[in-house]
Amino acid sequence: MSRLAHRFTELKNANRRALIPYITAGDPNPEATLHLMHALVESGADVIELGVPFSDPMADGPVIQAACERALVHGIGLRDVLGLVRRFRETDGRTPVVLMGYLNPIEVMGADAFAEAAAQAGVDGVLTVDLPPEEGSALLTALRARGLDAIFLIAPTTTAARIARVAAVSGGFLYYVSLKGVTGSASLDVDAVAEKLALIRQQTTLPVGVGFGIRDARSAAAVARVADAVVIGSAVIRLIETHASDEAAMLAAVRGLMGEIRAALDSATV
Amino acid sequence: MSPSPEKKPLQQMPDPQGHYGVYGGCFVAETLMGPLEELQAAYAHYRNDPDFMAEFEKDMAHYVGRPSPIYHAERWSRELGGAQIWLKREDLNHTGSHKINNAIGQALLAKRMGKTRIIAETGAGQHGVASATVAARLGLECVVYMGADDVERQKPNVYRMKLLGATVVPVTSGTRTLKDALNEAMRDWVTNIDNTFYIIGTVAGPHPYPAMVRDFQRIIGVEARRQMLEMTGRLPDALVACVGGGSNAIGLFHAFLDDEGVAMYGAEAGGDGVATGRHAAPLTAGRPGVLHGNRTYLMEDDNGQIIGTHSISAGLDYPGVGPEHAWLKDIGRVCYEGITDAEALRGFHDLIRYEGIIPALESSHALAKASQLARELAPDRNILVSLSGRGDKDINTVARIEGIEL
Repeated sequence: MSRLAHRFTELKNANRRALIPYITAGDPNPEATLHLMHALVESGADVIELGVPFSDPMADGPVIQAACERALVHGIGLRDVLGLVRRFRETDGRTPVVLMGYLNPIEVMGADAFAEAAAQAGVDGVLTVDLPPEEGSALLTALRARGLDAIFLIAPTTTAARIARVAAVSGGFLYYVSLKGVTGSASLDVDAVAEKLALIRQQTTLPVGVGFGIRDARSAAAVARVADAVVIGSAVIRLIETHASDEAAMLAAVRGLMGEIRAALDSATV
Repeated sequence: MSPSPEKKPLQQMPDPQGHYGVYGGCFVAETLMGPLEELQAAYAHYRNDPDFMAEFEKDMAHYVGRPSPIYHAERWSRELGGAQIWLKREDLNHTGSHKINNAIGQALLAKRMGKTRIIAETGAGQHGVASATVAARLGLECVVYMGADDVERQKPNVYRMKLLGATVVPVTSGTRTLKDALNEAMRDWVTNIDNTFYIIGTVAGPHPYPAMVRDFQRIIGVEARRQMLEMTGRLPDALVACVGGGSNAIGLFHAFLDDEGVAMYGAEAGGDGVATGRHAAPLTAGRPGVLHGNRTYLMEDDNGQIIGTHSISAGLDYPGVGPEHAWLKDIGRVCYEGITDAEALRGFHDLIRYEGIIPALESSHALAKASQLARELAPDRNILVSLSGRGDKDINTVARIEGIEL
């Protein structure tokens, strides 16, 4: 069983929801990313979504765009991100790590070389934002051959027929984009999310996570009532941005937010 | 979108999923997949709808002023001492460039699809002006995204768009030029998908945009082929067009692709020279990758990050290129070369001084390439150049480079 499947089974047995924080690798610097990853686990993360910085993050809002720009100042590339995962794995063999990013850095490395290096480094899943299943056969084959999960997005605009197609090639979990918009957008309609999740669950037995637009304990708790996992990105990145020059304060702030959300998730599912 | 039966082999691209060989395709986030499928279906329907095509053709004739003339640049040709240069005068179109052809086509489609708001990205401002123009005429809300640096260097066009009632949003992320404007327009589209139509200005982006934009621009070559036959009794020996995203180039080339005797040249922005790295010539010096919804040649670093480009011309200052051009390069049908800023400026001045026509800096790259070719060919040879836009918008830029205060 993959690390992701194992983690979701554990959570299901305990009737808990997964908390999945997102950070951009290299923001504000590569060393801080490693410290942040451990701090996230210590403060309640079940899975870490590690962003691979890209110069043109089309699906992201201004907060994650700025995080990419801060990371790219250090010249961090996909191989460096895999190096961070490898170092994380030296002391954490249990927490699944999902890479989230755009296709071009993988294209340059080559699907096979990337999948091989990612598996070696201890990556568990790969979410490539701008790679729909229709275009993804080469990468999908390469990931599957190494036991890595390909994670895909489902959006409010995804039709029932497409949900089935996407679910059929997905592994690990499905990531439902809770609104039409970019990451870090303002509002989220929990009723609409619940309705769509019911539709998704008709097509798959995979766990379903919800992201985009979850910013605090309250919105996280609301989503936890209907989803298996809650992804929180821009809210974490904002704290990293605010405390970019003071790592101790950054780690404390991130732990604080994570603690609140963890508590809210756990009380929502009691 | 099945290819019509009379089309010849090289004109049959793309495949139903929008691929030109290994290039093109549809590489976008899931939220856009549904809307793109909807657009594909709408476009497949209306391109075969006689009412829609009649409305498009009527606008081309009475609003744009088509067919645009072909002009024999006799004095300049004589000065160069070689082949004859002929200009396809897209600069004489309403709004001053070829961009209006596509803007009208897509805006008519937007209207039929019930969209009330259009957005566009623009580099030099020509596509922004064309979109704002059509929006004014059709009573649609219009928002144009433009790199903050381009807003600065294309002030007259920014003011034109505002006069036309459009909102111009300066984009300050990334490299503050055309690629960043495209990112921002995509973000707007994904957020306002229900009422908004995104009019992409070039033959790039996810399927069906590269094919749809080409089809609306194809009229350039269809007219030019007929006009050249009428005026010279034969097909031209060579075609030349500038290539940023490549919409005027594919518009000119497409009708000639299966005419084996017609050589084709695409002039990319060579900036300070392709060897310096400061340029915007992905076909000449880039490599394949995925950006803005399609696989194509890109300017990127070893990590797959898109790198900053440089060109004197805002309209060519883009790190990618339409996927059909990538395919035409690989199969060897079209020859793509970098033309430097300095060479383009010489083409700009030559056309003004010998023919009394002020060309856009974008088109000046094609003129420079044509002048090189003309010198190599005999006087009985004909070179047809796409004069894609007029240069009034560029006089501030040229004056500044030459140290002249206006």
